[in-house]
Amino acid sequence: MPVGRGWSRSSPRPWGGGGAPWIYLAPALVVLGGLLVYPIYQLGLISFFQYTQAQVSGGEPTTFRGLANYTELFGDPQFWQVLLATVVFAAACVVSTLAVGCASAVLLTRVRAVPRLALMMAALGAWATPAVTGSTVWLFLFDPDFGPVNRILGLGDHSWTYGRFSAFFLVLLEVVWCSFPFVMVTVYAGIRAVPGEVLEAAALDGASQWRIWRSVLAPMLRPILTVVTIQSVIWDFKIFTQIYVMTNGGGIAQQNLVLNVYAYQQAFASSQYSLGSAIGVVMLLILLAATLVYLRLLRRQGEEL
Amino acid sequence: MNLLRAQVRRPWRLAAEASALLIAVVVAFPLYWMVLGAFKPAGEIESSEPRPWTLSPSLDSFRRVFEQQEFGRYFLNSVIVAVTVVIVSALIAFLAATAVTRFRFRFRTTLLIMFLVAQMVPVEALTIPLFFLMRDAGQLNTLGSLILPHIAFSLPFAIWMLRGFVKAVPEALEEAAYIDGASRARFLWQILFPLVFPGLVATSVFSFISAWNDFLFAKSFIISDTSQSTLPMALLVFFKPDEPDWGGVMAASTVMTIPVLIFFVLVQRRLVSGLGGAVKD
Repeated sequence: MPVGRGWSRSSPRPWGGGGAPWIYLAPALVVLGGLLVYPIYQLGLISFFQYTQAQVSGGEPTTFRGLANYTELFGDPQFWQVLLATVVFAAACVVSTLAVGCASAVLLTRVRAVPRLALMMAALGAWATPAVTGSTVWLFLFDPDFGPVNRILGLGDHSWTYGRFSAFFLVLLEVVWCSFPFVMVTVYAGIRAVPGEVLEAAALDGASQWRIWRSVLAPMLRPILTVVTIQSVIWDFKIFTQIYVMTNGGGIAQQNLVLNVYAYQQAFASSQYSLGSAIGVVMLLILLAATLVYLRLLRRQGEEL
Repeated sequence: MNLLRAQVRRPWRLAAEASALLIAVVVAFPLYWMVLGAFKPAGEIESSEPRPWTLSPSLDSFRRVFEQQEFGRYFLNSVIVAVTVVIVSALIAFLAATAVTRFRFRFRTTLLIMFLVAQMVPVEALTIPLFFLMRDAGQLNTLGSLILPHIAFSLPFAIWMLRGFVKAVPEALEEAAYIDGASRARFLWQILFPLVFPGLVATSVFSFISAWNDFLFAKSFIISDTSQSTLPMALLVFFKPDEPDWGGVMAASTVMTIPVLIFFVLVQRRLVSGLGGAVKD
């Protein structure tokens, strides 16, 4: 084995005995097994049983209900309404976040150091703001009595959280504000990682700016765009804090519920643990489907795991 | 990148710079308003003609925040949770990322796909089974009930992101260390670990934020012993839906945001290059 060539992938390494990787992996597998895999199994289990306050306090035995919790859930029009609201709201958040994030990233490559630093710092500030904090601050900005936004827009004492859509819109603004920085920084890092020679070669060949963007940068950035898209989908689909804090637990007459808050309210406010778990299982399955799509995309791009 | 920039014509560049500055101002405004609100005296914050400055800054709101309940205690609890999560998950993720990148073994690809799928799990949906798990383990009302889940939930993303960094370390280094007679552990901690450290910093940002932001678990698992509560819960004490104490909320928010801001400023270079490194493979 010549030195400097590295071990070939097939030959066993002197250090890489059969059990070695598993020793390294053990802590991660133990933690994930106990705190992720096992709770998922439990979640599925609870969703098939009768589980309310009576069972939790140990007063009554749990009874197996089969699919009864699911039929109850799917028979409830509110569930479908919340599911639809969650999907539409998450999609709107993802699209807006990606648009603002990518546009800002491109902008960063076009400006000199001072504006770049200003935008970077402002974005990092928004990113660093905890969800609870961001939610309360945005509510304060849009407060009908004391907020500056209504004064600037001349809206008097218009309440943003009263109407269903305007409340969702307000939460969307906050979500975009705190999540576009991740997209911006990642895409900007990706653009910067494109080797200058490639762009120079394209320019020497007489490619226009637009052509360089479309034919050189876009394909090189595709893996990154896939990553930020899927991350945004995951985050926005399971938003909890912003909805909970900004719409006071799901809005007036529960008009702003999303699945995650709905499951929480069912479990911890109404003690319907089995219904809450069934909602959790539905969320899990939807995100799993999204993951499979993502994996197929990766495979099509010939990404090596 | 120079080339791209050189080709931008002057008026376009000025327009781009104006837009960048405008976005920066809009994005920074909520933070400015938060800090301003924290310093405004009581009468001024609840005025129907809010001014973007204050002539008589006061510390009253901060005083109220620190006097009410044990705010310092909550702050410390939040720090303990976040720091523990960051350190423990970074070490575990480093070992796991090394295993899946430096070794070939059966089930490797399966494991990688599992780490990817694990990122998709809506952890909030696991609050119910975790509640029972923590109850049975006697962890309810302890910081452990917040630390343990967050370590687990930040691992998959951390492993996934660190892969790129471990991959980037040349195999020849490993070979040389082996030939020089270093042990595997020594190579791991004295050569690989320092080289991967920037990546660890970048990933730690995400685990720090998830732990520091935790609101749902604190709300669900810390139910009877408020001395084990964390900052988000303390903030919401001032945030009563019908009659919020805006000064208190803004002061508590400021106190809660500053540590994260400091952390970000310290690691921002690493974060940008780290995200670049993670997505380059």
